[in-house]
Amino acid sequence: MHSNPQLNKNGELQHLLTIEGLPATLLTQILDTAQSFIGVTEREVKKLPLLRGKAIFNLFFEPSTRTRTTFEIAAKRLSADVINLNISTSSHSKGETLLDTIDNLEAMHADMFIVRHAQSGAAHLIAHHVAPNVHVINAGDGRHAHPTQALLDMFTIRHYKRDFTNLRVAIVGDILHSRVARSQIHALNTLGVPEVRVIAPKTLLPTGVENLGVHAYYDMQRGLKDVDVVMMLRLQSERMQGPLLPSAQEFFKYYGLTAEKLAAAKPDAIVMHPGPMNRGVEIDSSVADGPRSVILPQVTFGIAVRMAVMSMLAGN
Amino acid sequence: MKIHIKNGRIIDPKNGTDAVQDLFIAAGKVLSLGRAPDAYHPNRVIDASNRVVCPGLIDLSARLREPGFEYKATLESEMQAAVAGGITSLACPPDTDPPLDEPGLVEMLKHRAKSLNQSRVYPLGALTQGLNGERITEMAELHDAGCIAFSQANAPLSDTNVLRCAMQYAVTFGYTVWLRPQDAQLARGGVAHDGVVATRLGLPAIPGCAETIALSTILLLAKETGARIHLCRLSTAEGVEMVRQAKNQGLAITCDIAATHVHLSEMDLGFFDANCNLIPPLRSLRDRDALRMGLKDGTIDALCSDHTPVDDDAKLLPFAEAESGATGLELLLPLTLKWAAETKIPLSQALAKITQIPAKILGIDTGHLTPGHAADVCIFDPQRYWKVEPMALKSQGKNTPFLGLELQGRVCYTLVEGHVVYEG
Repeated sequence: MHSNPQLNKNGELQHLLTIEGLPATLLTQILDTAQSFIGVTEREVKKLPLLRGKAIFNLFFEPSTRTRTTFEIAAKRLSADVINLNISTSSHSKGETLLDTIDNLEAMHADMFIVRHAQSGAAHLIAHHVAPNVHVINAGDGRHAHPTQALLDMFTIRHYKRDFTNLRVAIVGDILHSRVARSQIHALNTLGVPEVRVIAPKTLLPTGVENLGVHAYYDMQRGLKDVDVVMMLRLQSERMQGPLLPSAQEFFKYYGLTAEKLAAAKPDAIVMHPGPMNRGVEIDSSVADGPRSVILPQVTFGIAVRMAVMSMLAGN
Repeated sequence: MKIHIKNGRIIDPKNGTDAVQDLFIAAGKVLSLGRAPDAYHPNRVIDASNRVVCPGLIDLSARLREPGFEYKATLESEMQAAVAGGITSLACPPDTDPPLDEPGLVEMLKHRAKSLNQSRVYPLGALTQGLNGERITEMAELHDAGCIAFSQANAPLSDTNVLRCAMQYAVTFGYTVWLRPQDAQLARGGVAHDGVVATRLGLPAIPGCAETIALSTILLLAKETGARIHLCRLSTAEGVEMVRQAKNQGLAITCDIAATHVHLSEMDLGFFDANCNLIPPLRSLRDRDALRMGLKDGTIDALCSDHTPVDDDAKLLPFAEAESGATGLELLLPLTLKWAAETKIPLSQALAKITQIPAKILGIDTGHLTPGHAADVCIFDPQRYWKVEPMALKSQGKNTPFLGLELQGRVCYTLVEGHVVYEG
């Protein structure tokens, strides 16, 4: 497992497992393709025949509502047959291994797997295992990557800010455990954002985070100063029990996004969140529902972006 | 049985021999080197031209998976792997199922191993009952049953008082305590070195201080109790420096590292290669270079295979769920030779790390080719390249980060007590 498994010999997308290692032209191509699908999603008849006859398995080893649903909608708009599997309640609990599950589904002539798994690297493992005509999309693996989330975030930023090369972007919250943050960081750097910041207490920053191409801040006032985009992260409730944080209240007081803290950002800064939000933990309702929030458009754009990825993987 | 090994390059680090000579064996012992004894009529002549003839290798850590894990490997398969790797003596850690914490288990293992008539097996007794880190074992009884030293293997020993008592008790009887320094809390849940790669891949990490904090506790207690300590599988640059200083102060400690860690670092994880899920984790390039330096200057005494056969299914899992460990018996020699070639040190100095020195750590009288002593011999072709692939390995464990790579150095013959136990 040493060669980049995402690209085929012609440099085309074979699987989408992580943003890391993908060229800027490819990311831009995905965003452009998504842009062309936006019109479709707004039409009366929201269907295209690009994936007609293809069997797409939504394979979720971890619970998810938004990601699974938007993938399902995206696949259906491309006329694919979608099969949803929540494995946490199925064969996994009967002791079947991950790759046995994959083998069985492949025997049912799956064309594409959309995989979410609690372990980093699960999507790579599956991609390494499947036949060459089967494609894998990583819908979130452990703390590692969530590439379609990062792509829809990039789509959203481009929609509101037009250009990546003059932006200052801050990612706020639990970077340590966040696959979203890792994918966002790679995407922002690849697309030429000159300054990417992460803001969190040191317990929520991974060792050597600067090596990913970010500047680390521990203070919201300084970290949000003059930024164009604020990307909030969800703080999982189980993180509040362990030794990483004293309480949700203190976290909110120092790292929760409030109107007051947002005032440090540029006046036209947009606020993003991958959802689901913890109101009053990482973000205040007045900001989440406020005029600078683009959280709901993110969800809408997510469908077009996932359509783009699926159609490109299928060779369109 | 009289065996005449002729024209080989005999390298015996202990006796300072490195010359093309003949070796004469009779009645299980080395009879002489150089000239044939009077009236010597060999039953067999082995031509060792262009081969190296050295003492049989001594491995400080090989898991044979018996009792309890026979589905991963059996004593038969792993003993064959050992002799195929030129290893004639090996120490096996107590983390079997059940752990080696009762004399009966140790006697059975010794008996089973002896009946196979291959390498000599030296069990390490469990330091605490069930390796649970709470009560010390009946060390004297275990020693009488055949345990050569006492170890906690990879099981945590969080209670410092238990650790201190274990050292005090061991020193009472003059036993060596083998410990792998790792703070259990700092390492909890971790599967990779806390560095750039784990950060990038989003893998739960084990910081370097998990090793150094435990190491400082061990070193302070060793000084206080006077216990003889063997440190297993060091992995950090800071750890090596602490051992260097402790040795300079005259502390009675020795230490080993795994041969994999001489060559690999966190960078080798690639795209989640589960074969790189190892204990301790592959650390940074800086750490690896410090290990190599420590090995060269003698801070690190010995190299071991840390052989841990894992079945394929246990590796075909996401990285963090995969079982740790790699097969190693058949790689110990080539990885040692690779290090010697890269470091440009004499072969004799490198072979000492897997013959004479580990024998001394174990307190056994092998690892040399002195006339009158047991003829445990390894004959290998130092030039021959071979590809590491499942078919090429005798061990039931086929998983190693070196899979698919070519290594140089292949064993041709292995002799234990004057008998040929392996022919390549």
